[in-house]
Amino acid sequence: MKRAFSILLLSLPLAGCQGWQSALDAQGPSAQALAEMFWIFVAVLGIVWVLTMTALLLALRRRRPADADPLSTDPGTERRMTITVSVAVALTLVTVIALTGLSYAAQKVLFSHKDGALTLLVTGQQWWWKITYENEQPNLVFTTANEIHIPVGKPVLIKLESADVIHSFWVPNLTGKMDAIPGRQNQLQIQADRPGIYRAQCAEFCGLQHAHMGMLVVAEPKEDFERWRNHQVSSAIPPNDPERQRGMEVFLSKPCIMCHQVRGTDAGGKVAPDLTHVGSRRYIGAGTLETTRGNIAAWIIDPHGIKPGVNMPTIQLEPDEVQPLASYLEGLK
Amino acid sequence: MTKAITPHELDAVPEVTRLATGERGGVSGARSEADYSPDPKELRDDQVDGPELTARLAKTWGTQKGLIGALSTVDHKVIGRRYIITALFFLFLGGLSAVAMRLQLARPESSLIGPDLYNQLFTMHGTTMMFLFGVPIGEAFAVYLVPLMVGTRNIAFPRLNAFSYYVYLFGGLMIWLAFMLNIGPDVGWFAYVPLSGPEFSPGKRADIWAQMITFTEVAGISVAISVIVTVFKLRAPGMTLDRIPLFVWAELINSFVIIFAMPAVVTASALLLMDRLVGTHIFNPAEGGDALLYQHLFWFFGHPEVYIIFLPATGWVSAIVVTFARRQAFGYIALVLSLIATGFLSFGLWVHHMFTTGLPQLGASFFTASSMLIAIPNGIQIFCWIATLWDGRPVFRTPLLFVIGFFFIFVAGGLSGIMLASVPLDAQVHDTFFVVAHFHYVLIGGNVFPLIGAIYYWFPKFTGRMMNERLGKWHFGLAFIGFNVAFFPMHITGLMGMPRRVYTYLPEMGWGNLNMISTIGAAVFFGSFLLFLYNIVTSARRGPLAGPNPWNAGTLEWASASPPMPQNFDRIPIVTNREPLWAHRDSLPVAAGLSVENREQIVSTVTAGRADLRESTPEPSIWPFLSAVAITILFVGSMFTPWALVWGTPPLALALIGWFWPKAGTEDER
Repeated sequence: MKRAFSILLLSLPLAGCQGWQSALDAQGPSAQALAEMFWIFVAVLGIVWVLTMTALLLALRRRRPADADPLSTDPGTERRMTITVSVAVALTLVTVIALTGLSYAAQKVLFSHKDGALTLLVTGQQWWWKITYENEQPNLVFTTANEIHIPVGKPVLIKLESADVIHSFWVPNLTGKMDAIPGRQNQLQIQADRPGIYRAQCAEFCGLQHAHMGMLVVAEPKEDFERWRNHQVSSAIPPNDPERQRGMEVFLSKPCIMCHQVRGTDAGGKVAPDLTHVGSRRYIGAGTLETTRGNIAAWIIDPHGIKPGVNMPTIQLEPDEVQPLASYLEGLK
Repeated sequence: MTKAITPHELDAVPEVTRLATGERGGVSGARSEADYSPDPKELRDDQVDGPELTARLAKTWGTQKGLIGALSTVDHKVIGRRYIITALFFLFLGGLSAVAMRLQLARPESSLIGPDLYNQLFTMHGTTMMFLFGVPIGEAFAVYLVPLMVGTRNIAFPRLNAFSYYVYLFGGLMIWLAFMLNIGPDVGWFAYVPLSGPEFSPGKRADIWAQMITFTEVAGISVAISVIVTVFKLRAPGMTLDRIPLFVWAELINSFVIIFAMPAVVTASALLLMDRLVGTHIFNPAEGGDALLYQHLFWFFGHPEVYIIFLPATGWVSAIVVTFARRQAFGYIALVLSLIATGFLSFGLWVHHMFTTGLPQLGASFFTASSMLIAIPNGIQIFCWIATLWDGRPVFRTPLLFVIGFFFIFVAGGLSGIMLASVPLDAQVHDTFFVVAHFHYVLIGGNVFPLIGAIYYWFPKFTGRMMNERLGKWHFGLAFIGFNVAFFPMHITGLMGMPRRVYTYLPEMGWGNLNMISTIGAAVFFGSFLLFLYNIVTSARRGPLAGPNPWNAGTLEWASASPPMPQNFDRIPIVTNREPLWAHRDSLPVAAGLSVENREQIVSTVTAGRADLRESTPEPSIWPFLSAVAITILFVGSMFTPWALVWGTPPLALALIGWFWPKAGTEDER
């Protein structure tokens, strides 16, 4: 009864495991190896569970007469049970040794880093991700936030740091997680085998808005990636229509610039996400809202209604300032 | 019917044949090394008999009426009962907070509970379940049952035991009161730095969590010491090491684990408090401190903690399996050695909570091996229990049903634990709902199901009345189904990428349906507890009378009345078998010669369980309660000012002086 129920429960959602943030929908070599290992473990341990429960259910038959002395034991039965239990323990030992070996082999493969990788410095902050693309050529170094682009089929080395508390970087479709710990730097290598958009989310409780600390990993062909990178390196293009020009004036005259940077303008704040190309990113608020003009306006008017406790203060704006400001930011493609 | 024996015969224990011929009367004392003669004027238990003996002993050992009497009591059964009820009360509060969280998570983007309250809720849930329920419930059963099961009249250090209860109660009330005042801790039951440090958690919330740890620490270690000494030195004559009931073994090992594990967490929380209150920088990386040091300290306690919760449950399972299989335990030695191995191994696993912190890979893989190795002692236990049932004649009463539920759930949880032991697999599922599912399978399966079985099993002993069997079976059905519907889907939710400790999630994540199923299951599971509560309350009032041994069990607690008299036993039994009541169905051999007018106990030798000394055990006293009050003032005050350590000490010192003031006891007069 219970097992049938479990199978029902299992089959129900497994169809839906094709997720953009799912460990079972592997899109990279590392996640693939992990998923395969997971199913091996499930199969082996599932068999162990079924065998043990079968033994238990068989054990529940009444084998003693009602008037038997509970202290009496039959030497033959005792011996047979001793042998059976010993064999079961030996099998358990063999199983765990085998699984330990399997785990260790996978560990060696998964955590060996390939050379020649693209290198990113990802800094976890309450509650967003700062991303710096490193490069030997200084003109190809740039900073962005909450959206990583990577070339398909290439290893990417992620250096993980934290600016405040412990966070954890996790893109389940690509590989397992790694913590970002203040005072330390951890490293993690990811690789995507197919183009796609994979979601990442902070996996270590980091305070009030731990739930809204998402990020996208966009895997795209090499040419697309390079086009994207060359665009990201550039400064923001000044707006040319009056509404967006007005929006830029609002942006530069308000406290926005204390925290945010828009390269090519006077806004040079570094404590909040770089907005130079915010309009090109798919989400705002670290994976909280899709980037639309309306959502940007809603976010500016009431960030604490959408993401209570977020470090962005509520800025006093005149009603006629909101729309131009949202247009300006949305236009920062 | 009882039989008394002479001191010479005591030396011969355990020789059943000679005891069986022992004659009543003519006994001069339960001592084997007579270094003084008992006071001839003092009434001894071989001089009176029957109801008069019972009444006189009850008067000597009883708890006085009135508030002062209630607060002064040192009776392990009274304290144990309070401990159990308080721990169950906290279980209920922890369950309520879980239900609130499940309601919030039932739908994506639900606005029922905001992040601030949600963070407090899961912190309270974890803290309550681990520190205010999980550890104390095992100790609570030890306080009530261990003295009965080893055949003595009170726990060792009964005042320390009373003191520990009040400290535990005050600590638990403090944190829940803080929660009611909206200053409940919100940094998780693990309170990782730097999030819980002074920079990111201003205010008093994290202090309250850290100080609550201190309360639990003091209480937990006090009980553990009492239990160890009770098991080592107060066993009934003849209870050699291999006649100690498995439940008592489990509690003994558990007490050792508590004593060695808890100092690590109190170090962590004390250092955290110092960082927060007096400006040290032990965990501040900017000043050369280390955030990971905290995690090592915490988990060096935190993993043994899991076994602190599980080990008493193995004792409950052993007791229930043996009684309801109607067969003595198969593989007693193997079971005891497994317990000891579990106790040792539990200290070598802590790093598997830290696999994603970037530790050296070889070191991490060592902990994979050690974590998987724990499957061996646990496997031995499971197989031995199944073998016992196999060769027995199972009686399907509610306690056994819950133990069968335990097997199904705990084994599943143990097996998913093997996945978490693997460094690479853990990298995927760590800190996701998969882990939430895993440890609820282990902890609810491994502790709560056996606990409920244990309550159905020992309820007649505690109250003198049976619980309702029909409601019990309904309760089991609801709990088993509700639990699995709530927690099984979480394995999948976690694999689909849902992290733990999130107060909400986006609709497009696709976790909504699974979370809704979990919430429905949680509601059913919670409902089963309401039924349980109803069964407890009605059965305690109107349940059929139980008699001393309703289950026809074999261990000594069933030789006492239900509920037991203050003295537990009119005469101390002599143990000749692991299951004394099965070996001596009609009459239990007893030792006589203890004082009726004073609180005298037999102190026995550690291994052979040979009666060694008569020792007076402390009278009731109000001082343990006052000491607990004084230490509470000190602990709470020190959250607000370091000067509390100065002005808080004299009252505590006074209370302790009162407690230990030399008394002209009867022993000293001789």
